[in-house]
Amino acid sequence: MQPAARAAWRHTALLTPALAVFAAFWLLPMGRLFLVGASGPQGYAAYAAIITDSQYFRSLVSTVVLSAAVTLVTLLISGVAGLFLTRNRFAGDRLLVAMLTFPLAFPGVVVGFMVILLAGRQGLIGDFTQWVSGERLVFAYSIAGLFLGYLYFSIPRVILTVMAAAEKLDPALEEAARSLGATPWMVTTQVIIPGLRPALISSGAICFATCMGAFGTAFTLATRINVLPITIYSEFTNYANFATAAALSIVLGLITWAALSLARSVSGSSVAAAA
Amino acid sequence: MKRPLRFYLQLALTLGVCAFLIVPVAMSVLAGLTANFFLGVKSGLTLRWLIEVWSLYRDTILASIGIALACLVCDLLLGVPAAYALARIRSRSARLLEELLVLPIAVPGLASALALILYYGELRGFRTSYSFILVGHVLFTLPFMVRSVLAVMSSTDLRTLEEAAGSLGAGFWQRFFRVIIPNARSGILAGSLMAVTLSIGEFNLTWMLHTPLTKTLPVGLADSYASMRLEIGSAYTLIFFVMIMPLLIGLQWFSRDPRRGAHA
Repeated sequence: MQPAARAAWRHTALLTPALAVFAAFWLLPMGRLFLVGASGPQGYAAYAAIITDSQYFRSLVSTVVLSAAVTLVTLLISGVAGLFLTRNRFAGDRLLVAMLTFPLAFPGVVVGFMVILLAGRQGLIGDFTQWVSGERLVFAYSIAGLFLGYLYFSIPRVILTVMAAAEKLDPALEEAARSLGATPWMVTTQVIIPGLRPALISSGAICFATCMGAFGTAFTLATRINVLPITIYSEFTNYANFATAAALSIVLGLITWAALSLARSVSGSSVAAAA
Repeated sequence: MKRPLRFYLQLALTLGVCAFLIVPVAMSVLAGLTANFFLGVKSGLTLRWLIEVWSLYRDTILASIGIALACLVCDLLLGVPAAYALARIRSRSARLLEELLVLPIAVPGLASALALILYYGELRGFRTSYSFILVGHVLFTLPFMVRSVLAVMSSTDLRTLEEAAGSLGAGFWQRFFRVIIPNARSGILAGSLMAVTLSIGEFNLTWMLHTPLTKTLPVGLADSYASMRLEIGSAYTLIFFVMIMPLLIGLQWFSRDPRRGAHA
């Protein structure tokens, strides 16, 4: 055998185990999931139910609105903090960065518990509001609690991306803008933000996809709020409505996959996160 | 040095973000060690809750460690050869295959888990064993291993290295273990730490895949948050923090610090 042919054969052989596991445990099951989604009384029309059925449509809209809102607020906060941490040196700045990276590895359930500690019945915010106004503010189990939880797992990821991108900006451009008389506001909006745009778009898309699919946090906090993952979960477990659960999860998967593809096309890499 | 007001406003926001992220962690650690969290620290510090967690949930902690290690072995056996092949093929089809292999992390774990249950749920022996959860964890962590190793392998000139070794008479396996793997060490290590950390914390798939007899640490955590007193949930979370801490420090050590350039 020719060396080149032998190398090609070898590469195929080395790829095969990973591809076989992927095909057996993901591709085939996903194919079945797609068919199950169409196995209900409505057939393939079940895939349109997320738009036509008002209950599922409401669930979709609230999930999209919540995820989009979290993404915007996260980009704003992480943009300012990330830029600040790359641009300034002060005592303890490295400690702050280390603190920001610790929650990266928390599963969604733990993030939910962090929100309970902040805004739950024995939470810090409750203690504080009781001390100030005599009334306990408890919102961990509402949509506001969910918002806080999604913010909790989104901020560290976006800050790190912003910092990595801000590191690569050319400070000479800002110098030039300033020497031409630009105000700090003008430098920010006309030099820094355009420079960070790819990082902001890609980390924003990843953040959005993560929020759309976040199950653990929602499961801990909001079994009564119909965000899409919870709707899918309760269709499957509480009502044994496999066809609907399957159709909804395929649609949800397509949405997160599309958002991540956007991130990938902008930055060339994307890392999905589980929360 | 006099700093502008802008500096202090931004500092305040950054400190606020850090507080938001770290204060609940500190509260959880404290609550797990406090005799009665409602009364506060003055009720005394105790190891009682940690001991109680150990007696209630020991199995879940050991199961998580076992699954994470098994998952790591699978990822290494499947992922490192696959990454090598993808790095050497370097064509459109290689990129397409890479896209395929990372699909399991592009869709929510909930969807992958439902698919697994609908496809393999009838095989009772498999469904009720820990290997069912292991399969989910391998699906979810393998893309991280492949990416991490592939990133390092793509940035080294494997072909030239291999040709040099080959011209000295090294066969393929000799080249693979003596040249390729040592050169991809940092990627393999980062991928391994990542895989173990993610497996220990995996919940979205695992919650669907677990059975009453096959529970992992995060499944136990969800259970304790829902049905146990706050101190027990906190002590359990504290154990989780202690388990992932060394892994995270290792990851920080091996992954590029985004600010290292500025300090050098």
